[in-house]
Amino acid sequence: MNEEQKKIVAGYKTVGKSFPKKVSSQLLSGQPVFTDDITPSDCLVVKLVRSPYAHALVTEIDTKVAMRIPGVVAIYTYKDVPQKRFTHAGQTFAELSPQDRLLIDQRVRFVGDVVAIVAGETEEAVDRAIKMVKVKYEVLEPVLDFRAAKDNDVIIHPEDNWQALVPVGADNKRNLVAHAEDTHGDVDGIMDDCDVVLKHSYHVRPANQAMMETFRTYTEIDRYGRLHVISSTQIVYHCRRIIANALDIPKSKVRVEKPRIGGGFGAKQTVVTEVYPAFVTWKTKRPAKMIYSRYESMIAATPRHEMEVTIKIGAMNDGTIRALDMYTLSNSGAYGEHGPTTVGLSGHKSLPIYTANCEAHRFDYDVVYTNVQAAGAYRGYGATQGVFALECIVNELAYKLDMDPMELRMKNIVREGMTMPAYDNEVANACALDECIMRCSKEFDWENKKNPVDLGNGKIRAAGMALAMQGSCISNVDVGSCTIKLGDEGTFNMLIAAADMGTGCDTILAQMAAEILDCELDDISVFGADTDASPYDSGSYASSTTYITGMATKKAAQSLRTNMIKIAAEMLNKPVEELEYNGDGVYAKDGSGFVSRYDIATKSMCNNTIPATVTASHSSPVSPPPWMAAMVEIELDKETGEVEILDYHAVVDCGIPVNPALARVQAEGGITQGIGMALTENITYNKKGRILENSLMNYKIPSRLDNGRLNIEFERSYEPTGPFGVKSIGEIVINTPAPALVSAIAKATGVWHRDLPVTPQKILLNMDYE
Amino acid sequence: MEISMTLNGRKIKASIEPNTLLIDFVRAQKCFSVKRGCETTNCGLCTVILDGKPVLSCSILAARCNGKTVETLEGLQEEVAPFTKFLAEQGADQCGFCNPGYIVNFAALLRENPDPTDEEIDFYLSGNLCRCTGFESQRRAFRNYLNYKKEQEGAK
Amino acid sequence: MLKFKEYACPETLEEAYGLVQKKRNIVLGGMLWLKLQDRTVGTVIDLQKLGLDTITEDEENYYIGSYVTLRDLEIHEGLNAYTKGAIAHAVEHIIGIQFRNCATVGGSIFGRFGFSDVLTVFLALGAKVELYKNGIVSVEEFINFPRPLQDILVRIILPKNVDGAVYMSTRNSATDFPSLTCAVAKVSGEYRVSIGARPMLATLVTDEQGILKDGITKESAESFGEYVASKVTFGSNMIAKAEYRQKVCKVLVRRCLNEL
Repeated sequence: MNEEQKKIVAGYKTVGKSFPKKVSSQLLSGQPVFTDDITPSDCLVVKLVRSPYAHALVTEIDTKVAMRIPGVVAIYTYKDVPQKRFTHAGQTFAELSPQDRLLIDQRVRFVGDVVAIVAGETEEAVDRAIKMVKVKYEVLEPVLDFRAAKDNDVIIHPEDNWQALVPVGADNKRNLVAHAEDTHGDVDGIMDDCDVVLKHSYHVRPANQAMMETFRTYTEIDRYGRLHVISSTQIVYHCRRIIANALDIPKSKVRVEKPRIGGGFGAKQTVVTEVYPAFVTWKTKRPAKMIYSRYESMIAATPRHEMEVTIKIGAMNDGTIRALDMYTLSNSGAYGEHGPTTVGLSGHKSLPIYTANCEAHRFDYDVVYTNVQAAGAYRGYGATQGVFALECIVNELAYKLDMDPMELRMKNIVREGMTMPAYDNEVANACALDECIMRCSKEFDWENKKNPVDLGNGKIRAAGMALAMQGSCISNVDVGSCTIKLGDEGTFNMLIAAADMGTGCDTILAQMAAEILDCELDDISVFGADTDASPYDSGSYASSTTYITGMATKKAAQSLRTNMIKIAAEMLNKPVEELEYNGDGVYAKDGSGFVSRYDIATKSMCNNTIPATVTASHSSPVSPPPWMAAMVEIELDKETGEVEILDYHAVVDCGIPVNPALARVQAEGGITQGIGMALTENITYNKKGRILENSLMNYKIPSRLDNGRLNIEFERSYEPTGPFGVKSIGEIVINTPAPALVSAIAKATGVWHRDLPVTPQKILLNMDYE
Repeated sequence: MEISMTLNGRKIKASIEPNTLLIDFVRAQKCFSVKRGCETTNCGLCTVILDGKPVLSCSILAARCNGKTVETLEGLQEEVAPFTKFLAEQGADQCGFCNPGYIVNFAALLRENPDPTDEEIDFYLSGNLCRCTGFESQRRAFRNYLNYKKEQEGAK
Repeated sequence: MLKFKEYACPETLEEAYGLVQKKRNIVLGGMLWLKLQDRTVGTVIDLQKLGLDTITEDEENYYIGSYVTLRDLEIHEGLNAYTKGAIAHAVEHIIGIQFRNCATVGGSIFGRFGFSDVLTVFLALGAKVELYKNGIVSVEEFINFPRPLQDILVRIILPKNVDGAVYMSTRNSATDFPSLTCAVAKVSGEYRVSIGARPMLATLVTDEQGILKDGITKESAESFGEYVASKVTFGSNMIAKAEYRQKVCKVLVRRCLNEL
């Protein structure tokens, strides 16, 4: 940051301070604020009949016996639903994901795919009915290996009305959800000229977000005859559109709101439960509720895309990295949600890390359909998989060159002010990555920990490091909006559609508004999110909320200030140029008059034509990356393969952290998820395509005893295009643990693991693939 | 069948199906803080205190609690208020869905051991999963609270 | 989710035993495992009125009622002093304290689960089970009893002839099922090694070849570890492969012996 920026930041009054979240007292006292707490319990219970086959056609389905069970109200099959295909993906229309879904399809495409919707008055009746629905299947050959999916004889989406609204290289006849090739410079020529060329493939499994609150939706008909949806979702507006598409009804007939959500991490950026109770309610006109079990959330939800990232790196003996060549094969599963978009990040949000000396790069990819659970959005959104591969091969390169991995990185990383050809030629206006690395090294004591130490009792201590980047919004696409109202007694109401899923965006956006309105944080109450009441926002994903909705908030607050001055001008009978606003109210610069916020609010409600409610929207042509450096020390038991994490240090450059306490928790949470992805969270299938890890009993997410001590610091940079200098932090935080741990394990054992998770068995048996 | 128990200090009688689980029973009694996060005993979100011991309400029949004492977060507000404000300070609440489980369990820990070490807290709460925080903010909050408590007691 | 028709809370063991004679009825332990099963039974039998939730002792034995919870076992000072903490080490990884406040030692033993830390440690310690009708049998014998068993496990009897015990296990994450369990105890001068989570049930190995006849040294511990690993059979499941288990078995036995 330059001196001027430092001065600006030092002057902030509410931004940059660690306020408790606005909702914390309600959460910590266990108040009923979640979907299943605030919606009636006497409504129809909705559950699904699911396919036991990975690929099949429903040839006969008989619901007569099931319908006779007392309490069963309705059972819908593929014969009862609209035939227009749409996508479940929560993305800006026109979605890049293919339109490949029906509410219920005659073809089932993964074990767990929906075969029928059952609605009844009690859970017992519905459970019994599910068992009594008689289904005959024509079992088809499934495609279970994503490496064999492209151009396979078996086509997973042969239907005529499949379509891709946007050209992303999709071709259903080839099982392709997306394809692209992009080369800059003479990659092959430069590789030939390099002293060292390494090429490896890295495999990441479809990890599950495993947020504590599973998917759930309540639906009813409102007093206007519209469908009113209360759902645990990150994307109220996209939800509205998707539900309307699924039911083939006008968007104006649907209202979606979200209460408090028990976590999302991207899982709830796809419609999972919403369409089923919505359909039931629309048909029966009765309220309905669907709550996914944890089992369903493991087998029929929206996990991370399985990716195999093959990366080739060309460098000179002195460590100059001159060329990078990446190919990503991504497994979209049975449907294409987020397929074309996640894959792009694997290259676009990893390769730019090494901008300094890179003369040429190539990034090609394929996204394929297979007959397994459809993947979706999970924190990191493709960057995680790409960063894993890139950081691993850079660590392997350091080893090959006998160079300190930190030194290798300092030589090649992007620096502030550089243009990034691998990032659409955006300029890194705010980049403190070098400072992050230096600071991390100091806090962690890299110099003394970088070389492994054998403890003599069968255990060895070793350290590894990794960098990460992400973006802050989808440039030229994401829209954030904010409405601020001046109300009685001069307090404010802020309306947003960005979804706080625990991240605290309600609070930090209020902090930004308070900064401009020069008031106490408590003077602003926040409402979000409801398609009837909140201004349009793409929703909480892509790390866009702080950067995009934040800017909309800032603009709205500034606009409201202007309007307050206009109202005051009428009250004080002075031109606006002679007036100024401070937090308490508006005063005449010559000291001749003052009206308080209270007074202005009162005036706004009587004989007033100047709106005391303003809305602002924002989009950005750029997506400034946050940056991160991390180092981890482990103790590895060479005789059992067990790994204990002793110490994890990370330094984040998210621009200016709006609420340092909340930013810190984001980092700690993301790192812990990354640790799970790296060491303990496994996803495997049996021969029939059924997922074996289908509960929290066999899908192990980190407990308190699994993550060691986490130490987070911030290195600030000032992003000129962000409100108050901010960038983002929501996703980047999950990207460092896997490569950092893999390199520590390599230091300890001499083996570079390229397939996650790296379990004790893999370590002990030195295997690369289980 | 008929059962009676003391729920958050109140004696209640109810008519239930024998297979009613304690979690569904207390939620039907409007104790919505008790949450369900899994079907396999792993998450700890459903933690309640039964006759003074923290248990998983998802796995206990309400019938087995006949004549016993059950406490949920609704009935522990005064007991937890001293430390929940430290959690708020750290932003450790996050999505809030796992909060009641570990707050009730921490209260149970303090009844057994009023001055636990950080390791003892991690161990006692190891059955309480959280996906948002990475546990560090909770650790800080508990440590700050315990230090504060010591100071207050020392000052007396 | 377990479904059942009736809930019974008998006042005497005889009453409970009568109920258990019907094949469709089952005794509840902590109900944690039963709840995961998708089956329907007749009557579930709750033994909480029978006073089986205490640990008592006399000069010869410890008596652990079948309704004693795993947490009770974990924090019982006498038992843990006597077994040098082996019992606590056996249970302390099991999911969480709330779980262990519900899970009963009777349920763990009667269930005869492959992954059971509890079964592994009691097998090594030379414990016995007291069944209402079948009487007192050693844990080794009980492991081979028929399933299902229409009898009531009243208590575990731990004879006071243990002269040292160590428990170790490996697992993929701190609160996960074990990938291998290992308990080593010296009982009446004899070494007993119990290996469980193979993934099969715990199995006992004694020093038939006299490898440890001159006591535990670095070499004899290593040899015995290899001996056990070669004698015991292992299998593969989601948690680990047989190959891994065999390698780790050798290591755990050696480490346990060295600690003994």
